[in-house]
Amino acid sequence: MTLDDLTRTSGEWLRGTGPESDIVMCSRIRLARNLADFPFTNRGSRTEKTEIESHFRSAISAAKLELLYFDVNSLSSLDRQFLVERQIISRELSGSEGPRGVAISSQENVAIMVNEEDHLRIQYMLSGFRLNEVWDEINALDDQLEENLAFAYNPSLGYLTACPTNVGTGIRVGVMLHLPGLVQTKQIDKVFRALQKINLAVRGLYGEGSQAFGDFYQISNQQTLGKSEQELIRILTDVVPQVLQYERQARQTLVTERRQHLHDQVSRAYGVLKTAQTISSEETMLLLSSVRMGINLGLIDDLSIATVNELFIQTQPAFLQKLRGSELGVEERNVARASHLRSRLANGRMATGES
Amino acid sequence: MKCQKCAKPATFHITDIIEKGKHREYHFCDEHARQHLAPPEESLETPSIGDVAKKLIVNPPGSLREPSAADKQVCPVCQITFLEFRNTGRLGCPYDYEVFRDELMPLLESIHGETRHSGKVPKRAPRNTQQQTTLIQLRNELKRAVAAEDYETAARLRDKIRVIEQDQVR
Repeated sequence: MTLDDLTRTSGEWLRGTGPESDIVMCSRIRLARNLADFPFTNRGSRTEKTEIESHFRSAISAAKLELLYFDVNSLSSLDRQFLVERQIISRELSGSEGPRGVAISSQENVAIMVNEEDHLRIQYMLSGFRLNEVWDEINALDDQLEENLAFAYNPSLGYLTACPTNVGTGIRVGVMLHLPGLVQTKQIDKVFRALQKINLAVRGLYGEGSQAFGDFYQISNQQTLGKSEQELIRILTDVVPQVLQYERQARQTLVTERRQHLHDQVSRAYGVLKTAQTISSEETMLLLSSVRMGINLGLIDDLSIATVNELFIQTQPAFLQKLRGSELGVEERNVARASHLRSRLANGRMATGES
Repeated sequence: MKCQKCAKPATFHITDIIEKGKHREYHFCDEHARQHLAPPEESLETPSIGDVAKKLIVNPPGSLREPSAADKQVCPVCQITFLEFRNTGRLGCPYDYEVFRDELMPLLESIHGETRHSGKVPKRAPRNTQQQTTLIQLRNELKRAVAAEDYETAARLRDKIRVIEQDQVR
C-alpha cells in the first residue's frame, strides 16, 4: 500500500460504528514515549534522529507489527497535509524538519509518529465510544514496542517526556464528539466551561489550536501525572455520557419546538450539498453537520453516517488535490469539492413528505 | 452611588483580587456588572496544553528578569540550561528531570496537581540508567570531536559507544 492508495480507503474511525456513534465520532488515546539513551527530539542531531528512526523500525519488525512506514521527511508538503487531514500526523510533525516519520496500520487505527515532540507518539483510534477497548489495544502495542526499545522512565516520575505537561503516564485520552444540538441551542459554552472546571480540555477537529468546525469537538484529559491510565480514562467515561445526554436533550428540544424549521434546515443543507457547483470548505462543514444530525434524527433516510463522516475528511484541501492528482487553487478546489460531493451523494434521494 | 460606566444606579459592588494583597473595586449597574463578570469570548476553546505549559514555564516576553542561579544550571548530559528550558518549554534529555529536579517539582505540582507517578510500569524497566545517560553524553562528545575534525578522539568515542550499545542489547 502506498500513500496514494489511501485516497481510496478511509480510516476505521470514520465508519460510524461502535457505541453512541450518533454523537461520538471516535475514541482515541495517545502515549508519549522516549528512548532512554537519546536526547529529546528538539536537542537531537540529524544522526541521532536517524538512529531513533532506525531503532523504531527494527522494533516494529522484531515485534512483527504489520505497520506501514512513511518517511515524512521525504514527503511533499501536499502529502504531509493529506496525513494531517486524516488525523494520522500532527501539524507539528508535518511542519518540523529532519528525519521523522509515521507508522500506520491498514485500517488507520494505529499511527505512531517518530521524532515529533517526543521520540514516539503512539496513537490508537476506534470509531464510537469505547475508550477501554482502545486502552487495551494501545497498552498491548506499547508492551510490544517496549520489548525492543528501552523507554525513558523513572519510578517516581513515570515516563519522561520533552514537555513536563506529559510526564508520568504520557497519556492523552480523548473522544471526538459531534455536538450540533448544543451549538444550535447555544448551550455549548456552558458545557465547555463545566468541562474546563474539572480540568478537561476542549478542542476542535484538528486538535491543538484549531477552530472547532463541523460542530466537532475533542474532549481530553490534561493531567498526566499522579493518576493511573485507568483512572484518567474513567474520568472521561464518567463525564462523556453526561455530555451525550445534554446533546440528546438539545436535539429533542429542536425536534419538539422547531421541527419544521429543523427539517427545512436539514433538507436544504442536503439539497445544496447534492447540487452545488462550487462550495467553500466552511460551508461544506456547516452543511454536512446539519445533514449528519438530520440522519440521526431520522429526517434523512437514504444516506449513511459513514459516508457523511468520510466527506468531512474528503472535502479537505489536500484530499481533493490528491484525488485530482494536481495542485489546485482555492477556486479550483471549491469546484472540485462540489463535484466530489455531488458524485458521493448522487445515489441518494431526498427524504420525502412531512413526518 | 452611580454605575462607573453609565448613569444608572450602581447595584453591584465588585472586588477583584488582582494578586495577593492587591485588589480593585468596581461599582456597576445590573447590565455592566454582567458584562464585567462574563468570561471573555475567546475562552470558548481551551488553550492548547502547550500554551498552558508555556504560561507556567516560559518567561513572559520582554521580562527583564536577571537570570537567577537556577537559570544558569547546565545539564552535563545534553548541555541545556534551565533558562533555555524556561524559554522553550522543552527539556533536552531524560536526565534533565534529575538535574533540574528542585525547579521542576513545583512546576509539576502546578501543572498536574500531583508529583508522583501512579500508573504503568514498563515490564522491562531500562536496565541501566547510568549507561543510557553515558551514551547520550558520549554521542555528544563524538559530535563535537567530528566537528573539530579530531578523528582520533572520534574513533575512540565510537568504539566506546559501540561497546555500551552491545552491552545493552544483551
